[in-house]
Parts: sequence; C-alpha cells; structure tokens
Amino acid sequence: MADTMQFDLVSPERRLASVKATEVRIPAAEGDMTAMPSHAPVITTLRPGILRIISAEGTDEYAVTGGFAEISGEATSVLAEEALHVSDVTQEVLDAFVEKAAEALRSAKENGDHNLVDDAAKLMADMVAMGDHIGLTAKQPQA
Amino acid sequence: MPNLKDLKNRIASVKSTRKITKAMQMVAAAKLRRAQDAAEAARPYTERFNAVLGQLAASVGSSDSAPRLLSGTGSDKVQLLVVMTAERGLCGGFNSSIVKKAKTDITRLLAEGKTVKVLTVGKKGREQLRRDFAELLIGHVDLSAVKRLGYADAQGVARDVLGRFDAGEFDVATIYFARFENVVSQVPTAQQIIPAKFETEEGAETTLYDYEPDEEAILSDLLPRGVATQIFAALLENGASEQGARMSAMDNATRNAGEMIDKLTIEFNRSRQAVITNELIEIISGAEAL
Repeated sequence: MADTMQFDLVSPERRLASVKATEVRIPAAEGDMTAMPSHAPVITTLRPGILRIISAEGTDEYAVTGGFAEISGEATSVLAEEALHVSDVTQEVLDAFVEKAAEALRSAKENGDHNLVDDAAKLMADMVAMGDHIGLTAKQPQA
Repeated sequence: MPNLKDLKNRIASVKSTRKITKAMQMVAAAKLRRAQDAAEAARPYTERFNAVLGQLAASVGSSDSAPRLLSGTGSDKVQLLVVMTAERGLCGGFNSSIVKKAKTDITRLLAEGKTVKVLTVGKKGREQLRRDFAELLIGHVDLSAVKRLGYADAQGVARDVLGRFDAGEFDVATIYFARFENVVSQVPTAQQIIPAKFETEEGAETTLYDYEPDEEAILSDLLPRGVATQIFAALLENGASEQGARMSAMDNATRNAGEMIDKLTIEFNRSRQAVITNELIEIISGAEAL
C-alpha cells in the first residue's frame, strides 16, 4: 500500500496546494471525513470549514467555503469555491464570510422557503464554527 | 503645399501619438502576460470540474429526475445570448468580431422563428448591439469597475443568468467570447452553457465513485457552479484575447505612425530646400539687377 497520495487543492483562480499527503481531513457536507491513501473512490460536496492536510512536511490548514472533493485511491482533489490559507483568514475576512451567510439567511427568511432558511442557518453556523477553530470570534450578526 | 510650420506641427503631433500607442502596446503586453497567467492558473480547476461533472452527468443520464440545467426545458424556443466583450476600445477588431458572430447568430435564430434575448457583458458589445437589436437587449453586466477579474465577478454574471433561467425567461443559453489562440489570433467562439453539454470521452477509464450525498443532490449543487466556472473561464480567455488584440493593434499603430513620420519628414525637408533655393534665386537675381 502506498503511504502517500497526490493531493491537490484548487480554487477557480489558482492552484493553492499540490503535495504528497498522507492524510487529508475534509469538511464534507455530511460530516468530516478523512481521506487516506487507498480510500474508496468518493465524490462529496463540502461545507464551510477547515481542510487539514497532513504530509511528510507537516500539517497545513486551509479554510474553504464550499465546493467538492474527489477522492480516489491514489489522489485526492479538493475543488473549493473559495479557499484561503488559515494564516490569511483575518477577523475582517471572517466577518465578511459571516455577513454574507447572514445576508443569505435574511433573504431566505423573507422568501419563506424553509429549506433555504435551514440551509442558510447551517451555513452561518458553519462559518462561526470555522472562526472558533481558527481562534477568531465572529461578530454575532443580526439574523 | 503646406507650409513649413504646418508640417512641423504635424510631425510633432504624430510623434506624440506614436509615443502613446507605444506605451499602450507595452501596457497591453504586461497585462496580457498577467491575463494569460490567470487563465493558466484557472485551468486545473475548470478541467477537473468538467471531468467530474461530465462523469456525473453521464451516470445520471437523461432520466426524468435530472436537473433542468442538464436536461433543458425540452424546448429551444427562447434563446439567450450572453455576449462578452471588453469595456474599452482601441483593441483592433476584438469587440466587433465577437459582436459580428453574435449578430449573425441572432439573425439566423430570428429567421428560424425563435425568440432571442441578449445579455451583454462589457460596454463595447452593448453599444454595438444596441444599434441593430436594441429591443432584444434584456440586461447588461458592467465590469468596468473591475480591476482584476475574480471568480466572484463570474459568479455575479452566473447568478443573473441562473435567476433568469429559474424564472423561465429562456430555454437555451449560449455565451459569446473570443478564445485566445495567440497574440495575433483570437477566435470568436459560441459555447452553449444551458442546458449543459459535456464532451464525454469514449473509452476513457471511469472510476466508480461513491457519492455523498447522492448523485442527483451533488449534480444539482454542482451544475450552477458549472455555469459560473464556464463563464469565469470565458471571461479570462476574453481578457487575454482583449489584451492580445490591443497589443497587436497598438503595434500596428506604432509602426504606421513611424512610417507617417518618415514621410512627413521627407516632405518637410523637400519644402525646406525649396524655400532655400527660392531665397537664393531671389538674392542672386537681386544682385544681378544691381
């Protein structure tokens, strides 16, 4: 069994990371999952959260806001809508994310679509949780 | 024959024009490199995305439950043309070649009895289309404030298009942009984005994936993003094409200005000599008369 796999993190604008990883923790839509070499092929969507890549060089973390991941035995690719290295996530960035989510929640409430309200509420909770993980406290927005 | 003063002024003005076009060419060259880099950097995402989406689309197939973005509305009566051009001129035939392609298609579609709607991205295309098809324009996306094209800009355009699709405003959407071949050649291209079309590679090795959540949920999540991704890729290509076109247009302009300066300088020297000869004749014949 190979002990590393090719890992790529790409956003629409650029390729953020391309390394040989031993383990990748992915914030998948239905719960966190860890991809390791020889994982069964899976395609999953992402929720906002922290993507952790563990390779021989150490551990690296990225904040992603959504997208999807393609996992196969030899390679894992994460196609993130927006991805930032954790060190680039500042209070302002987080506030902007949370504000955007809160905005979506407000407009969903106005439309009265319960599914959308639930989705948006979840999105916002994910964003706030992401901030907690990084050690930033999201300003409680007016939802 | 224009007098010496006029010629001198004209040479000076053409010289400053040449300076401007030369500067614009160099700016375009620098921007072109950046635009090409951006297009290059976006490629892995687009390729991956389309591969996954193509695979998903193939496995869901044309079942009844397939999302409408994939299967279409079952009609092609109302066509939406998204025409992407530059915000600025002075880039040779770049804008007009895209508009020309769009116009040909509009005329053809109208002749086939279809309803045509046009959404413009970029000021120049809108100006040109307004002359002939003002009543078909349904919207405009202004990107003139955008310095560096980001994915968010493409998402904005995509949201506009998807909103109209959900509201049932059209059946088929096609984007028009210029594909960047090289600096001297940009090919106006039409690409259908709704319903989504994928080139499925025959015989390509397909891995059987598990899907989480199920295939259709993923597909309906990804298809709108696919639209944004395609628009983003097109906008980037367009950006590179625009700078390429501007660079070669300005290169030509600089060369023409140089030729003009040479011609004017020769004319200037001739007239100067003629004036001197004239003066000499006057002096000599004056001296002889004494």
